[in-house]
Amino acid sequence: MTENGVHTDPAAISDLTDAAEHEHAQVAPDGSKVGYRAGRTLPVRVELARQLRRRRTQLVLGFLVLLPFILVVAFELGQASPNRRSGGFVDLATASGVNFVILTLFVSGSFLLPMIVALFFGDTIASEASWSSLKYLLAAPIPRHRLLRRKAVASGLLSVFALVLLPLVALGVGVVWYGAGEAVSPTGEAASFGSGVYGLALAVCYISIHLFWLAGLALYLSVSTDAPLGAVGGAVLVSIVSQILDQITALEDLRDYLPTHYALAWADLLSSDVDWSQMARGTFSALAYGAFFTLLAARKFARKDVTS
Amino acid sequence: MAPSSRLRGRWSLPALVVLVALVGAVVVWTRGDDDPPPVSTRDAVIDVPESPGSDRTIQLDTTLYLPERTPAPAVLLPHGFGGSKDSVSAQATELAQRGFVVLAYSARGFGRSTGSIELNSVDHEVRDAQKLLDWLATREEVRTDAAGDPRVGVTGGSYGGALALSLAGVDPRVDTIAPVITFNDLGQALLPNSARTDAVDTTSPAVGAFGEDGVFKRSWAGIFFSAGLSGGDLASPGQEAAEPGQDDNDAGQAADAAAAAVTAPQQQGRPAGPVNGACGRFAADVCAAYTEVATTGKAGPKTLEILRRSSPAAVADKITQPTMLVQGEQDTLFGLDQADANARQIAANGAKVKVVWYSGGHDGGSPGPELRGQIADWMAFHLDGKGTDPGTGFEYTVVGAFRSSGAPSLRNVIAPSYPGLAGGSPVERRTVPLTGRDQTVVNPAGGNPAAVSSLPGLGSALSRSSSLTARLSIDLPGQAAVFASEPFTSQVLLTGASTVKLRVSAVPGTPVPADGAVLFAKLYDADANGVRTLPGSAVAPFRVRDLPADGTPVEVTVTLPGAVRPVESDHRLQLVVSTTDQAYANATEPAAYRISLASPELSVPVVPGANATSEVPTGALWGIAIVLLVCLVVAVVAWFRRRLTADVDPELTSVPLVISGLTKSYPGGLTAVRDLSFRVEHGQVLGLLGPNGAGKTTTLRMLMGLITPTEGEIRVFGHRVHPGAPVLSRIGSFVEGSGFLPHLSGIANLKLYWAATGRPVEQAHFDEALEIAGLGGAVHRKVRTYSQGMRQRLAIAQAMLGLPDLLVLDEPTNGLDPPQIHQMREVLRRYAAAGRTVLVSSHLLAEVEQTCSHVVVMHKGTLVAAGPVEEIATGGGEASFRVDRPEEAADVLRGLSGVRSVSVDGEQVHASLNGTPRAEALQALVTAGVAVDQAGPRRRLEDAFLELVGE
Repeated sequence: MTENGVHTDPAAISDLTDAAEHEHAQVAPDGSKVGYRAGRTLPVRVELARQLRRRRTQLVLGFLVLLPFILVVAFELGQASPNRRSGGFVDLATASGVNFVILTLFVSGSFLLPMIVALFFGDTIASEASWSSLKYLLAAPIPRHRLLRRKAVASGLLSVFALVLLPLVALGVGVVWYGAGEAVSPTGEAASFGSGVYGLALAVCYISIHLFWLAGLALYLSVSTDAPLGAVGGAVLVSIVSQILDQITALEDLRDYLPTHYALAWADLLSSDVDWSQMARGTFSALAYGAFFTLLAARKFARKDVTS
Repeated sequence: MAPSSRLRGRWSLPALVVLVALVGAVVVWTRGDDDPPPVSTRDAVIDVPESPGSDRTIQLDTTLYLPERTPAPAVLLPHGFGGSKDSVSAQATELAQRGFVVLAYSARGFGRSTGSIELNSVDHEVRDAQKLLDWLATREEVRTDAAGDPRVGVTGGSYGGALALSLAGVDPRVDTIAPVITFNDLGQALLPNSARTDAVDTTSPAVGAFGEDGVFKRSWAGIFFSAGLSGGDLASPGQEAAEPGQDDNDAGQAADAAAAAVTAPQQQGRPAGPVNGACGRFAADVCAAYTEVATTGKAGPKTLEILRRSSPAAVADKITQPTMLVQGEQDTLFGLDQADANARQIAANGAKVKVVWYSGGHDGGSPGPELRGQIADWMAFHLDGKGTDPGTGFEYTVVGAFRSSGAPSLRNVIAPSYPGLAGGSPVERRTVPLTGRDQTVVNPAGGNPAAVSSLPGLGSALSRSSSLTARLSIDLPGQAAVFASEPFTSQVLLTGASTVKLRVSAVPGTPVPADGAVLFAKLYDADANGVRTLPGSAVAPFRVRDLPADGTPVEVTVTLPGAVRPVESDHRLQLVVSTTDQAYANATEPAAYRISLASPELSVPVVPGANATSEVPTGALWGIAIVLLVCLVVAVVAWFRRRLTADVDPELTSVPLVISGLTKSYPGGLTAVRDLSFRVEHGQVLGLLGPNGAGKTTTLRMLMGLITPTEGEIRVFGHRVHPGAPVLSRIGSFVEGSGFLPHLSGIANLKLYWAATGRPVEQAHFDEALEIAGLGGAVHRKVRTYSQGMRQRLAIAQAMLGLPDLLVLDEPTNGLDPPQIHQMREVLRRYAAAGRTVLVSSHLLAEVEQTCSHVVVMHKGTLVAAGPVEEIATGGGEASFRVDRPEEAADVLRGLSGVRSVSVDGEQVHASLNGTPRAEALQALVTAGVAVDQAGPRRRLEDAFLELVGE
């Protein structure tokens, strides 16, 4: 027949019917086959396996590993005054490993990190819809709220992994190239390496929480469209528009309502006496937006007619 | 469902509008921009005597701001040096909105008022203000304590603050005052001497030595004087100082806006006064005094007298009114020592004194909205008895590190009282050991080049970066002696003026200047990397007179500039004594001095207190808690609602599928499925037949719970189907194309799919299903490399995973080649025979005819026929024969018993056999010699179908 012997062996039909004859359906009171339990569907590890085997995921994570090296090369090529002790984030980047991580987070905070979160969350449902595999997952059946939750959890884990991976690699690269010296803040305050790393850990936590708004938005767009690119691009676009509006100082305190307004509040963690107010507001803003969009996504997905 | 979905479509736009309106309302509400109460103004020109006893009058240009309700207590609002009544209009409006009658006026020599500047002279400006009090007492809008005695408070900044103090000392009708960034002794402010050879009373935090014969503060005095000449308000801080708890960006915005609003009227008002030669609008004696100091750097007795009569210090012993003293921490013109002196002198009279140090000052900005509100609160309590007692405490602002928003962090600290006042305990002072050898410093000839510590006048322009200007300070080598402490082991919050005892001697053999040694002491905060910060950019100038030429040292106690500075652990305090400073009149004669520590310790004042601005952002934390709570409630509600969706009909538990009254219509008016009802019994292979667009796939999607029916219901084994219904686990489905992850192999797709169902692996029967797919080694290739047919077979295999009780296949033979189609039919038939049920949809009649036992025919969403395939296809048992001689054949058939209604149609002969087997009729034809080309049921399903659908 066709190449690779794409055909059904007549014996296979017998095997199947034999199996069907010998296996008698046992049915649970809720009408399901015994062995099926809604609470066991789509384990996170399965969803992670589905996502991690994607080239897209591997490329993104690979790029995050590469980025610190690119930055190091850039600094090595253009290094005028090594180990400076004053100036902005960029000038201070080579002061120590911790400073290098701060720079990495600073340069990636406005676009790269939001894009990664938007990618993981915006793509998750929309790509299943575009592959037509969503209907089979739903008919398995994986309850819709559970599918959404599990996919969001898996996307969240991937996002957090990416958000941890970048500073971790940057820290390794930074320590090797620039040493485990004191972290210097733009105001000239110096913190020990240990407390600098502790501050960075908190900063990563804050960034993770703060990007929740974007995760919620991307998830909402993901259940609204069958085009993964539309969902990811839409979420990134909103983030960019918000950042642009945040630059317009004439908007005054209206800008507090922009979801990206507190994006860099983690920088407060770098000083010796930490002011939590901006971060608390940022957390509230992110949670409020994130919860709003997530609930909207859940509502939409629960009622949606899946036609892809 | 139906009404709600229709409603959703109809109401979605209004709902969106309502939502947007709600969001807008929340934004507006949280911004809290309530319309402020209206304020009306009355301009008036008030005549006052030019000088005591004089017949001549000058005109004061005034504006009365009236609140909504009168009579009300009044507030007199004098302006800063170089300003006019317009420069306080914003604050006046604010106070009027708080319910006060506010009288703003241009002081004599400023704005449109006539007369010449006498520098707050008790006989001139203070008397003018008294006349204004008289005038206020006559106004019916103003509440009075007695005839001619208005209920009135006075507040004002800088020059205006000093007037408030002097007026309170002179006129008991004043009920309370709140002077801001002002002086106690103008002589000490412009010609400070921060060292004494005798003891300094260090019981208060920001004590100044106030020694005689000080060093001329050249830059500031020049700015001050030129402000009087030109009317430009250089001497007043243009911007607002940042406040704790304020969004720093907004503070900047507000300050910029305020600055713009304030500068505009000034520029208009500038040409109002006549410029009178080199003296401008200054009175002749004031002008002469300035000229003397500016040219010689020293003040003669006449100048000192003018400065004395212009100073609140002259009348401070008579001030008994409650006083709120507001002083700036960024102020090289009127430092904290001035407020300290005011506080001590007023408290000595038994008056209530509250002291506030804020983050601004002449170098840092005017009070922000919160502090202005505090001043209004003070006035409200002491004039009107409204609000809580502001008390007599001491508040200061600590400027910390920079924040993400680009401005430094601020916090307010509240102490129960200002230490060192009458009846109070003295300030706590920590002793910080200093080390440093004897050092020789040189005064360059001409006092140039000079060290840089501050940028007077520019400071206000740079106020937002004042913490940066604190780092601009430059000490010149050879001119500075340095003494440093050990690194601190814990943070010390320096609050006020430190003091140190120094030993100064002339270097024998060098000339000693006749005016004595002019030196500048400053206290840096140096971090572990040696980065130094000069708190407040302030220096303490001092003059040591009568320095013996033989090198005998003179011991002096130096009071360093008052400042608030958290000195972090690992930081050092560094005392620098230099011979020059750009902002002062340096000694011009060359000289050299030896500087050493008379006692190796620095006395650092510390005022413990509680943080006023809670570090906990409660609003945001409450918001976070509420959001989390809402999410929790939604989750719980959703969980309960899902619990209630189970719906089972016990009579149907053995029937694989019952569809009743199923309708699906879309908002656009399209009805894909209309009132569809049919049953599928156990063991059937049911074909769902219909042309494209008949609603087959929509029906199957509803069966899988992907689409919610508009009306009707689907029951699978008695359980009603809804999205995610557990009974769907008994269905294996393949609907409208395969759905695989293209980056995974076929087998990985199936394995992950099964893992996603959460069911035990042994239930899957992977091997059997994969054999049915028959993909061989291709199952290990990525799905994106598969042909359409291969995907199709893999998808059918996926549907068969777990050996479902009901197998639903939508167009299963699409894309398969004929042998594969044949096998697929075999699979379906035998699978049903094995005790399962199969539902197949197709638009191909032959397909259904050959595969299915039963058929449901759909057209345009409705059911047109249902029953066994044979029954539908054969109808009444009619048959047709294609023969070479139709007429002859017709005769033969007519001759058979029971055969009726024989008709000829071209080469075809149709007959109703009525139970006669077709073979028998065929044999009869053959026997009669008729060549039969083809024989079969007359109506193939196709015909039945076409008839049914009416095409």
